[in-house]
Amino acid sequence: MLQRINSPSEMVEMRDFCKAAFARQKVRFLVCAGTGCIAGGSMEVYEELKRHIAERGEDVDVELLFEGKDSEAGASISGCHGFCQMGPLVRVEPKSTFYTKVKVKDVPDIITTTLDEDSVVERLLFKNPDGSHAVAEHDVPFYNRQTRIVLAGCGTIDPEDIRNYFAVDGYTALAQIFADHSPEEVIDIVTQSGLRGRGGGGFPAGRKWKAGYDAKATPKYVVCNGDEGDPGAFMDRSVLEGNPQAVLEGMTIAAYSIGARYGVIYVRAEYPLAVVRLQKAIAQAKEFGVLGENIMGTGFDFDIDIFQGAGAFVCGESTALTLSIEGKRGMPRVAPRPRTTEVGLYDKPTLLNNVKTFAYVPDIIRKSADWFKAIGTESSSGTAVFALTGHIKNSGLIEVPMGIKLREIIFDIGGGIPKGGKFKAVQTGGPSGGCLPESLLDTPIDYDSLDEAGSIMGSGGMVIMNERTCMVDVARYFLQFTEEESCGQCVPCRLGTKQLLEILNDICRGRGKKEDLDLLVELSHSVHGGSVCGLGQTAANPVLTTLRYFKAEYEAHIYDKCCPAGVCKELISFVIDEEKCKGCMLCAKNCPVDAISGEKKQVHTIDQSLCIQCGVCFDKCPNKFSAVECVSPKIPVTPKEKMEVS
Amino acid sequence: MSEVTITIDGLEIKAREGTTVLQAAQENGLYIPNLCNHPDLDPAGLCRVCVVKMDDWKIAISCKLPVKDGMVISTEDPEVQQIRKNTVELLVANHPMTCLTCERDSTCELQKVAHYVGIKPDDIKRYRRSVRSIPMDTSNPFFDMDHSKCILCGICVRTCDELQNINAINYAQRGVASLISTLGNKPIAESRCESCGECVVRCPVAALSPKNTMEPMRQVKSICTYCGVGCGVMLGVRGDQIVSVEGDYDNPVNQGSLCVKGRYGYKFINHPERLKTPLVRKNGELVEATWDEALDQIEAKFSKHKGEKFAALASARITNEDNYLIQKFTRAVMGTNNIDHCARL
Ligand SMILES: Cc1cc2nc3c(=O)[nH]c(=O)nc-3n(C[C@H](O)[C@H](O)[C@H](O)COP(=O)(O)O)c2cc1C
Ligand code: SF4
Ligand code: SF4
Ligand code: SF4
Ligand code: SF4
Ligand code: SF4
Ligand code: SF4
Ligand code: FES
Ligand code: FES
Repeated sequence: MLQRINSPSEMVEMRDFCKAAFARQKVRFLVCAGTGCIAGGSMEVYEELKRHIAERGEDVDVELLFEGKDSEAGASISGCHGFCQMGPLVRVEPKSTFYTKVKVKDVPDIITTTLDEDSVVERLLFKNPDGSHAVAEHDVPFYNRQTRIVLAGCGTIDPEDIRNYFAVDGYTALAQIFADHSPEEVIDIVTQSGLRGRGGGGFPAGRKWKAGYDAKATPKYVVCNGDEGDPGAFMDRSVLEGNPQAVLEGMTIAAYSIGARYGVIYVRAEYPLAVVRLQKAIAQAKEFGVLGENIMGTGFDFDIDIFQGAGAFVCGESTALTLSIEGKRGMPRVAPRPRTTEVGLYDKPTLLNNVKTFAYVPDIIRKSADWFKAIGTESSSGTAVFALTGHIKNSGLIEVPMGIKLREIIFDIGGGIPKGGKFKAVQTGGPSGGCLPESLLDTPIDYDSLDEAGSIMGSGGMVIMNERTCMVDVARYFLQFTEEESCGQCVPCRLGTKQLLEILNDICRGRGKKEDLDLLVELSHSVHGGSVCGLGQTAANPVLTTLRYFKAEYEAHIYDKCCPAGVCKELISFVIDEEKCKGCMLCAKNCPVDAISGEKKQVHTIDQSLCIQCGVCFDKCPNKFSAVECVSPKIPVTPKEKMEVS
Repeated sequence: MSEVTITIDGLEIKAREGTTVLQAAQENGLYIPNLCNHPDLDPAGLCRVCVVKMDDWKIAISCKLPVKDGMVISTEDPEVQQIRKNTVELLVANHPMTCLTCERDSTCELQKVAHYVGIKPDDIKRYRRSVRSIPMDTSNPFFDMDHSKCILCGICVRTCDELQNINAINYAQRGVASLISTLGNKPIAESRCESCGECVVRCPVAALSPKNTMEPMRQVKSICTYCGVGCGVMLGVRGDQIVSVEGDYDNPVNQGSLCVKGRYGYKFINHPERLKTPLVRKNGELVEATWDEALDQIEAKFSKHKGEKFAALASARITNEDNYLIQKFTRAVMGTNNIDHCARL
């Protein structure tokens, strides 16, 4: 039965066969083998689980399931569940018991509670803010507001075994279109679903596919954009690592729709695990005849290559990406230019979509366009995937229906700001996005609302910032990124981002001039209007939004030489409150430059001429004393103190 | 070719179909600031100073914008002015202000654009000035590369690619660190550059500038003496010295192009050791002689060697007509078919 699929109808048999085989395993321990959990030691946990199960006399070899044998328990790996901060994660099926921070030494307890006692290891469960425990994954607040479509397979199937994908209806969408749909019909379904590109721009996928179909020249190519250059983003990586077959199936459906024979997946070389999993996935898909020559016996050929990019952010831009595949310097083509669907890779019609865009397609085909359209909002259907990071309790990868409010993501799913902190701003869209303040927390997440607020959906970065974040510093951080990543070919971006960065640097250092605010706005608009590609056109968004929503903070830096958030080192001083200091000496012991003096149980003092504003004393002073304060503007260093130093 | 009508700043002009807005403007004597455009090259659209507004809504760059009948273009729309001004200001703020001692003073495109846009000292004062400090590449015997003046218009890169098919230079690095570089960032003399200087003449600023040339007092139309192609040259003359050479754009043979010899190999003309008369060997020594003397000797000696003993080797550096005469002389006068040519492979 486990052999090449020779007709679309055999696909359904294959699915049922795989489903039945996996059903013979009563209990399955799914160990997260995403990049985060592996770094936390999940593979050791996996080996230990397998060892214990084997010791109990259970055979852990999956092959036996396919030979019709039953199994009490087995272990497999899965892709990233998105909650890496709580990793290594183990999920126990069929109850989807959700264990966090699992260590090798926890394995015996997990085994015995599950297999002998039908209970759970309470200490490994997720602890809710109210002290209660969440047993199943969907009970965890981080998950229970999510709608997982493109991430559904991530964390629930073994990404290195195509039969797992078959068992969850994998490749039945492809079989279905071979059996029932012409290319035009497939494109119609994609169009009707309202699917918009998940690479950031939100271009309607159906329209792009139609253009690919209409293009006359041959050969045509299908390219998957897995460059994912935004700092802190790992949505596409997780999909490629956690459910690579969904991407391959989506690309093959696209190839069928536009009439392409070749596909390329562009993955950054910093994603070695994704590359390995894709290689395995491609090999297995070919073995089963769902990729390669004569797919499912239909006579349709489609082959996929992996291209490893060197990791330039700008190579994520579609025209730079195709040039980069051709071995040329990755510089965006200058408009007016033909669309990539007309002139793309090797100057041939090319359908280029983001990893997630492709990964949605099999579900849409299987479940209908209306199903997808019913999720999300009128103009933005389906779900959005975000990498939630920053000052947030539950960080990680989430998938939510479009239209959900920022507030719900941050406070319900994210659990709010940790350590009693206060929310200050949320940044979406990576370096091209903007920072939105508390007053806009009820903005619904969709392409158009975010655009209106001055930010963008982007490809899914979401950084939460607490009140100890300086917004000028944040703008500076993002500008530093774009300035470094600019390809350098056009003047407004190459020199404009640099200029904006220099001005922001000066403001952060207390050297801002009053004309700078106007110049920032003026330049931002010109860099936006004058730049060749999206990188330059959006580079100023962090500046414009922070200026729009947090202008007072800029003014404080410029006029009062004050950083209200206490971040910009050149504008702050640390002082010890005589009333509060108990002389515990913790600060003095930890100061890297020995700037703090004081005897035990005596009030300590900071020598401002030595202090480098590292903030260690602030963090080290016990909470119950909180004697170290951060003040801004800076306390002037008196000449006397300076003399003492020399 | 059919004509279309477009309007630029309220002025109706005729344009050839297939041209760009910038070309159409130029052909009608209208100036739109531009830096990275060159009539000999495909437009690149990188400097962004040729920005215009199309049909009242769309910001576009005129050097890449094809003309369309009825198109309405504004070069003075406030948004256009702002983008253009900021872009030029950025270039100036990152440029050394050494115009008075610069090779391109008064012929510099950046100067022209800055002047047109109307950049004032106070405008630049607002900026954080920074000038690149990459060392000059002086390795090429004929021209220098001064990265601090380079505006990265890419004209040199496109020239070397599109016109010369040599591809000796390209962009390297990214962001503000971007620079024009040879493969492996080797000195240009060690690259595959053939020193044709085509990039140098097209560089809009003095980033690429010829060594040892001077502004001529007058130009004299002439033909390059090096080879049979017969490229037209404009010799720049001061007093009795040749101080520069330019390709003659009106000459149908080379249309302005020259090779390294024609463009830079003119120093022999005023060289003290240059041969000015024929030399005849007398008593084992070469001494200056008149042409009559020399020709008499040749006639005397050649007469003794007529027939198969004789062979002539002609040169690629002389014209077709000269080559014809040599073979005629060899066959008809010397009576042999032993005639060959140095350019044979
Ligand atoms: C500077 C820049 C970087 C980009 N990086 C990415 C990226 O990492 N991944 C991606 O899918 N799209 C990226 N894009 C968007 C792509 O150009 C393209 O629009 C997208 O991949 C198309 O796929 P979609 O229609 O499925 O969104 C980037 C665009 C720009 C301008
Ligand atoms: S906007 Fe920036 S990244 Fe894009 S082409 Fe211009 S210089 Fe390159
Ligand atoms: S801020 Fe850092 S350097 Fe300054 S006193 Fe505290 S610990 Fe020492
Ligand atoms: S850590 Fe706090 S309480 Fe302890 S000596 Fe330092 S300032 Fe005083
Ligand atoms: S290149 Fe032009 S702008 Fe630059 S110094 Fe020379 S003349 Fe002045
Ligand atoms: S001198 Fe000629 S060969 Fe050398 S870089 Fe310039 S155009 Fe290319
Ligand atoms: S060297 Fe001259 S032609 Fe080449 S990019 Fe720089 S400014 Fe342009
Ligand atoms: S890597 Fe395990 S949850 Fe992300
Ligand atoms: S001349 Fe048009 S962009 Fe440079």
